Order: sequence, then structure tokens, then C-alpha cells
Amino acid sequence: MCLFQSIMNYFPEEVLEHVFDFLTSHRDRNAVSLVCKSWYSVERCSREKVFIGNCYAVNPERLIARFPRVRSLTLKGKPHFADFNLVPHDWGGYVYPWIEAMAKNGINLEELRLKRMVVSDESLELLAKSFPNFKSLVLVSCEGFTTDGLAAIASNCRYLRELDLQENEVDDRKGQWLSCFPDSCTSLVSLNFTCLKGEVNVAALERLVARCRNLKSLRLNHAVPLDVLQKILAQAPQLTDLGTGSFISDPDSETCAKLKNIMKKSKSIRTLSGFLDVNPRCLPAVYPVCTNLTSLNLSYAPGIYSTELTKLICHCEKLERLWILDTIGDKGLGVVASTCKELQELRVFPSDFYGVGNAAVTEEGLVAISAGCPKLNSILYFCQQMTNAALITVAKNCPNFIRFRLCTLDATVPDAVTNLPLDEGFGAIVQSCKGLKRLSISGLLTDQVFLYIGMYAEQLEMLSIAFAGDSDKGMLYVLNGCKKLKKLEIRDCPFGNAALLADVGKYETMRSLWMSSCEVTFGACKTLAEKMPRLNVEVFNEGEQIDGSPDGRHRVEKMYLYRTLVGPRSDAPDFVWTL
Amino acid sequence: MADIELSYGGGNSEKLDFEETELRLGLPGAGGQKAGNGGAGKRGYEETVDLKLNLAAKEIAPMNLGKDQKKLLPRPDDSVKPPAKAQMVGWPPVRSFRKNIMAVQKNGDTEENEKGSGGVGAAFVKVSMDGAPYLRKVDLKMYKTYQELSDALGKMFGSFTMGKCDTQGMMDFMNESKLMDLLNSSDYVPTYEDKDGDWMLVGDVPWEMFVDPCKRLRIMKGTEAKGLAPKAMEKCKSRR
Repeated sequence: MCLFQSIMNYFPEEVLEHVFDFLTSHRDRNAVSLVCKSWYSVERCSREKVFIGNCYAVNPERLIARFPRVRSLTLKGKPHFADFNLVPHDWGGYVYPWIEAMAKNGINLEELRLKRMVVSDESLELLAKSFPNFKSLVLVSCEGFTTDGLAAIASNCRYLRELDLQENEVDDRKGQWLSCFPDSCTSLVSLNFTCLKGEVNVAALERLVARCRNLKSLRLNHAVPLDVLQKILAQAPQLTDLGTGSFISDPDSETCAKLKNIMKKSKSIRTLSGFLDVNPRCLPAVYPVCTNLTSLNLSYAPGIYSTELTKLICHCEKLERLWILDTIGDKGLGVVASTCKELQELRVFPSDFYGVGNAAVTEEGLVAISAGCPKLNSILYFCQQMTNAALITVAKNCPNFIRFRLCTLDATVPDAVTNLPLDEGFGAIVQSCKGLKRLSISGLLTDQVFLYIGMYAEQLEMLSIAFAGDSDKGMLYVLNGCKKLKKLEIRDCPFGNAALLADVGKYETMRSLWMSSCEVTFGACKTLAEKMPRLNVEVFNEGEQIDGSPDGRHRVEKMYLYRTLVGPRSDAPDFVWTL
Repeated sequence: MADIELSYGGGNSEKLDFEETELRLGLPGAGGQKAGNGGAGKRGYEETVDLKLNLAAKEIAPMNLGKDQKKLLPRPDDSVKPPAKAQMVGWPPVRSFRKNIMAVQKNGDTEENEKGSGGVGAAFVKVSMDGAPYLRKVDLKMYKTYQELSDALGKMFGSFTMGKCDTQGMMDFMNESKLMDLLNSSDYVPTYEDKDGDWMLVGDVPWEMFVDPCKRLRIMKGTEAKGLAPKAMEKCKSRR
């Protein structure tokens, strides 16, 4: 060991740094940092891309102290269930302090990727003005900003390459943010503003596209009509990723014919999405690009019926990723199965939330896909019903699943044929898919399914549970069995204090635990917090302040705990009680 | 009513965030006022919320029942079964962005899509109630009389009146003073949109003749429904 140590020390740091340059994954770099002090030191000074999975696990000061050369920062804020309105408004996740600290410390920030964070216009303005080399802004499922903030980015970031807005809540101020890109801006490679609700200045858009010769990815919003799309495509034959805006026109019109011709020339397009507002009869215009498509997202278009969807998909033999609505139906999935032999990822979203439609898929579609697509490794499937037999078949057909998320529209529906719980089906999935990293389960489920998960899901990192289980045993099976578990989120399950407190050390090996509408009491949360000072245990009810000291026996409505190096956060609102 | 819709400021005001409203039992006036404008409506919300929570409790059957009972199908029993499935907060788990897109597109449904999306034999129509933060859907084919529909809507939206129905289920239409009394009260009356796009008072034709033309239901305040009556009466006269 001593000899090894001295040999390693013999390497000048520059050499070590050069070797570390080849390590891009943050997990690898984290591992390298643990080897010895000198490796830690070399690594930290050379790391340029930093990933922080929970913005409250550390703070900006520690980030800057450890990684002074950071150029790209990824931050995630709110718990995942915030996406489904389970986290009260104003819970937290503000990016401003991060931007402020980096600006003050002269960080040369080039890229910022945020997920489920609150981003104010003020933050965007500060960002735009503080980092002269800023190149890339990616916001996913964020909120708190308006198009004024986007205008600041457009105006000030001279070398902006990427502005990618995915499913954010943005207030449209009817400004002219697109026109704020100066004429000198020619550096854009990727522009995605699908989630913006308002009008855009199409003339400014056309000019922007014309002068950005490196533009590869362009995703428009619903306000951009078909005729403008056609003009834009004519200017940008180099596009590889296109998100259409509104896709409505008279199919017999010249516009549609022109579009089809342009599509024939757009030989580079590999990714297609959009179709917000679509006239299905215009869809044939995109057939020319279908043969080369590897990724297709039609999940924003409930107006396209199954027959039209399948007609389109018949042309897409190279598809690797498909996001679609359940309007496709089981038969349509059969067509996908027989056409898309390269398919790796499938997401089938529900089309009907507010009524009881019949547009849905069942276990049949899932089985068909599993049988027809040997490369399938990732699935998100919202379905009307499911059976154990189907899941067992799927498990046999597809042992390579990395992500498996099944969501029955009725949260506690049993096996549609036998009326039994779906324990055996999910058990088969975890047993067969040895590389499974992410799992979401639904339907009628007892403690048994958790026994299987604990026994077999050795690589599982994230588990989402709702309306499942009978007793604390269920949760205990998971906590004891899944050694690599990082994120556990539970809602409406009968898991209580015994499960929560059985192995308190486990939570320091995980990023976070969410429990809502379970049986956990205030007293137990307090006990946990006292035992584990390096966890933040946050307790809140739906936006109501917790007055005085609540009775320890009262059930907690929502609990979110996470490991942290920096203690309780100072920006928690009144209704969040950090114990 | 406006208070409820705007209870979340900023960017959320345009969202149909009825889940959040659902949890807000502490709404001003909810259950408190018994009389006066909007009192009936707000009572309705509580009942609606209660109905939903009851159903939610049934969905959470695993929590409350013992192991043996759990093995039985935890389906809601028929007496509480609503025509349309009650919404659970955050289920199915889909981002608001996606939900909003679907909502916007559904509003642009063609006439053919508005009804019958439940498949053969069903006749789903949207039901709105003035002041309620969200709409519901009912399958008209589930009912055989106006009374049954009234009961179901009553459960959905709380205090609500259809006035008196005679044995054939037709309102005593030609008695204008009765009608005026009804319309002048602060009670709610159901109206519907027919094939011609006209808004009519519910109850003017036999039930069997009502189901087919009915495209949408709207429960309005009696005072607001006044303007409908003359037109409805004209139509009724022309049909006889």
C-alpha cells in the first residue's frame, strides 16, 4: 500500500488532472475523490460539471469552495411529487441565491440546468448580466418567471447556444422577448419555447432562424402557424430536432403541399414533437421525415385518432423513443410493436382526466409491445387495467428494463381477470429485470409486492408507491432490501412510525424520502430528527401553519426528509416545520 | 364565487386547480352561510368535497380495513357510485402542463366528440354549475327520469332544485306564476344546451325526448335563468 501510495504521489498533478478529464460521469468523479486527499484535491479543482440532486443538501458557498472551476451546474429543487400538486406552493427551491453567490465569486458559469425550481425574473436578469460566457439554459418543470426574464437572457447573453424550456409555468407578458435577440446573435444551436402560452413575433423568429446557421434543435409553441413553420424549415434544412407549433391548415391548401416538399428536403430531422393543435388530415405532410426518425412525441395531441396515429407510425421503422397518448389504443400499440423494432423507450400518457372516456390502453397493448420490441428498456404506461399474467409475460419478454413505471388510472384496481392484487405481476418484473433502477407501481397491492421488491430489486434507485400495502412490513421490506435506494416517495399508504424509525441510518444513504397521507405521526418525525442531525425532516400540512407544539400523536399530512450537509434551510415558509 | 377561482395569485389563476380548492375547506362562507346569495352554492361545494373525500376514503380502503376485508374488491358500492369518477389529488400523476394542454384541447371538442365518448350506449355530457370551480360529466343513459338525474346532480353539486315534476316528468310549464316563483328564488335550476345551440330549461319535454338533444348541462341561478323561460316556452308551444 505504501509503495502504491508513493507511486501515485510521483505523478504530477497535471497528469492526474489529464486522466480525470476522461471521467465525465459525476459518479465516477465522486468515487475518484474518495481515494485519497491528493486525488480529492486534484479532482475538485478540475471539475467543471457539477450535479446537485437536491439543492438543499448543500449550499452555494460550499459549491464554490469545493469546485471553484465549475462551469456547468445542474440543480434540482422540489420533491418529485410537486409535479402532481402534492407540494404546497411556496415550499421553496429558489435558484436566486445560487446565481447571486456564483456572480459574487466570479464563477465562469456557462451552463445552468434546473428542474422543479423557482426561477424569478430577477434571477434570470442577474444570470444574464453576470456571466459573459453563459451559453446554455435548460429549465424543466420550473416556475416563477415571465417572458420578461427570457427577454433579459436573449438581450444579454451574447454567446447563447441553448435556451430549452420544458413544461414550465411561464407568465406571458406579451412582450417581444424573441425580438430581444440582437442581430449579432448567431450562435443559437437549440431553442425550445413550446411551453409558452402567448404569441411570438414570427418575423423576428424567422430572422433569428435565418441567421443562426448552427441551429439544430427548434421547438415552437402553438402560436406559430403552419405557414410560418414551412418558411422556417426552408431556411433551416440542417435541423435535426423539430417541434412543430400549431399544425392546422386546410390539407388541400398550398401551405400543406409546400410543407410536404420542404419535409422531403429536411433529411436531417431525427426528432419530431409538438403538434399542439393539429388537424390530423395534415399529418401526411410529415411522412417524408418519418423514415429517419429516432424520436417522436405526439403526446400533446389528443385530437389524433388511433387510425391516423398508426398510419404515421407505420413509416417510422427506426424509432427508438415514442411518447404517445392512450388514444392509440391496444391495436395501435400492436402496430408499434410490429413496426418499431428499434424501440427503447415508450411513454403512453392518459388523454382523458376529467371524464370517463373509453380512450385507454390495457394490458394487451403492453404485452404486444414487450413481444415486438426486443430493445425496450424504459416504459411509462398509463392504463385502464392490468393483469398479473400480462406483467409476467412482459417480464419474460423484456428482462432489460431500466425504468418501469406503470400507472393504472384507477389507483387500486385489481387484476382485471382474477380480481387478485397485482403483487405477482410486479414481483415478476423485479425478479426478471436485474438492472431495474426506477420503478413506479400502482393497482391493488399488498405487502407481498414489497417483499418481492426488497428481495429482487438490487439495483433499484427510485421507487414510487401510491395507495399500496397493508402494514409497516411493506415499507420495511423495501428499506431493508434495496441497498441502492436513493429516492423513495410514498403517498396514501398505511406505513407508520415503526417502519419510519426501524433503520434511521438508512436515510443518510438516500437522497430523500417523501411520505404523504400515511400513518406517520408528528412525534415519530421529531424522534427521527433528533437522532439524525444530518437529515432535514420537514413536516407540513396543506399550506396551514403548524401552531405551537402539535400533539405528538397527530398524524403528519406530509413529510419530506433528505440528507444535508448544511442543516435546516433558512428559506422555509411558515407552514413548513423543520424538526 | 370569483374569490375561489382567484385564490391563487400569479400564474396559477388561470389554472383549473380544483384539487387545491378541494382541500380548502376553510373557504370563506363554506358551510357557514345558510341563506343568501351563494350560500346554497357554497354548501354545494362542501357536499361535493365531502363526496369526493368519501370516495377517496374508499380508494384508500387498504388503510382502514383489515387484511381480510382488503382481499375483497374495494370498489365503491352502488349507493355512492357517481356517474363520473371522482378526482383524487394528484392522480393520475401527470404534470399540470400536460393536464392544461388536454383541458384546452377538450374545450375545442367538436359536437360529435362532446357526447358518447364513453362508447356505445353512453351519453356523457358535461355539467357545469355557476360558481363551481370545475365541471363534471354525467352519462344521461344512466337515468330514466328527471328525478333520478336531479338526485344525482344534487349529490354532485349540493343544494339544487328542479321544481316539482309531475308523473310524466314534465314541469307544469304552462303555469307561468309557478315558473316565475321558481325562477325568482335563489335556488339553482338546471338548463341544457340542445342540438340547435339554444339554452333551455330542463324538464320541458318527456325524459326520453330530452336525452338525445341534450348536449350540455348548466346549473344556473334561478334569477339568471329568467331570460330562458320565454324562449323555452316558445319552443315548447311550437312542439305541441
